Amino acid sequence: MNTGARRVREWLIERAIQAAGAMAIVFVLAIFAFLLRDALPVFRETTVRDLATGRTWLPTAEPPKLGLLPLLLGSLYVTIGALLISVPLGVACAAFISEVAPRWMRETLKPAVEVLATIPSVVFGFLGLLLVGPWLAELLDLDVPLFAGLGSLMLAFMAMPMIVSLSEDAIRAVPMTLRQNSLALGATQWQTIWRVVLPAGRSGIIAAVLLGMGRAIGETMTVLMVTGNAAVIPLGLPGFLRPVRTMTATIAAEMGETAYNTPHYHALFAIGLLLFIITFAANTIADVVVRRSGRTTR
Amino acid sequence: MKGTQSMHRPQRLGPRATQAAAFAALWAAAALVLLPVAAILGVMFVRGGRAISWELLSSAEDGLLPSIVGTVTLVALTAVIAAPLGIAAAVYLREYAPRGPLVRLIRLAIVNLAGVPSVVYGLFGLALFVTLLGFGRCLLAGACTLALLALPLVITASEEALRQVPERLRAASFALGATRWQTVRRIVLPNALPGIITGLILSMGRAAGETAPILFTAAFIALTKPFPSSVLDPIEALPFKLYYMATEAHGITEDAKWATASVLVGLVLTINLVAVITRARLRGARRW
Repeated sequence: MNTGARRVREWLIERAIQAAGAMAIVFVLAIFAFLLRDALPVFRETTVRDLATGRTWLPTAEPPKLGLLPLLLGSLYVTIGALLISVPLGVACAAFISEVAPRWMRETLKPAVEVLATIPSVVFGFLGLLLVGPWLAELLDLDVPLFAGLGSLMLAFMAMPMIVSLSEDAIRAVPMTLRQNSLALGATQWQTIWRVVLPAGRSGIIAAVLLGMGRAIGETMTVLMVTGNAAVIPLGLPGFLRPVRTMTATIAAEMGETAYNTPHYHALFAIGLLLFIITFAANTIADVVVRRSGRTTR
Repeated sequence: MKGTQSMHRPQRLGPRATQAAAFAALWAAAALVLLPVAAILGVMFVRGGRAISWELLSSAEDGLLPSIVGTVTLVALTAVIAAPLGIAAAVYLREYAPRGPLVRLIRLAIVNLAGVPSVVYGLFGLALFVTLLGFGRCLLAGACTLALLALPLVITASEEALRQVPERLRAASFALGATRWQTVRRIVLPNALPGIITGLILSMGRAAGETAPILFTAAFIALTKPFPSSVLDPIEALPFKLYYMATEAHGITEDAKWATASVLVGLVLTINLVAVITRARLRGARRW
């Protein structure tokens, strides 16, 4: 082949590669633009204030009642509950894997956690619905087998692999000299973990928690199947034992039966937009936290 | 110092005892993360395993065959779409991109793409592929949506594979007068291939289990034409079938539900196992 033609061909290929590289940005913008396009018409029906503070979600009523408060609080309840379970357990598990576990155990635990991450969310929903929910309802003597706390519990175990592996990375990145200095000063191994290693890995752990939160709030199938889907505002601690309906579950349950270009359709896209913004914020903050800590430890 | 402390808290444990208690708690935490899930998965496989029959798997009317075929086709098409885009993006980031704000922005976009809730991908797929581009609810629309979801995974895994290729191989290629693209095509990509393929298969394992993105873009139940003959045909899919069986269907036996769940998890685990074996085999052939 002559060199001129080859140069042209390589130039074309390299431009294509460059375009592919920038594609991630294009897709993020495209998702945002399409959500915006189909969400904005909802404001012909309602206002931002009414969406955010409306206490009733009856999208098929005449006129439709499009209050997102119950859904927002439903998502918040389930997510906070999930984090309350998964953060302490996950960070402890990460500390165990990287600092305490004997070698053979580390080699078993890490792949086991990875396998856990591959279980589809619909399967967690299925197991919650058929097995864990009825069992917990009997154990705790509840009126209903599907409730917010069950969603939290199932989500906690789904978010766990992410929290464990990211926290473990953060803990592992703490320089060995810090541990050695602490031990040389006479601290026990546990004192070293608690007072030196975990604080030093703090920002990575915070990032793991943020990403876990983004994961939990965006999780769909599990919560759709196990939280009971009642669009009521959860109140206080007993709220965890009553059915709720999350934002994700609302979209998944209703979009299939919603006619194109109705207020209901636009309201569901508005929920999607809100979810996108929340997870975008969580991911971006986590990314910034990780990068900043990377700079300071060096 | 020590004296005053122990006066305030007379029953305070010594550092050794505290450590023993704390380590016991850490052991318990690790057990709690894994054992409950292992236990309920065990129950699922036992109940599902008892219920699986050849009829259930192979019948096109009330069996799982259309869903299995649908999911496998969907995932294959997803891979065909996501692989070239994802690998090219990784090659750009690792082999071409100058360090700077653009790359920083691309990485931030990838992180965010990975964090977009799966149901939001479903909405996007509905708005773009199903409605605007007019694909309708079909195999192609579902695969495009899933490809988008898998893209950040494919990019990250491919980049990691490219990173593992030793710098001296590139240097040797350049020293022989090869251009950057020749080096990428003849030296870097072949050496990174095991890692790239493993990453791709793992991403497809994830895509195979996804339900929310195909809910309004591809999946149906009880199609009159159970097997797709074109990419514009609607499909059945295993995760959607499980969701439907678990929540809406009447007259479906518990056995069939457990069997379906077991088949889905079995399929996903098999895909992951294939990835691990592929990595081991292709790595074995390589010496650095």
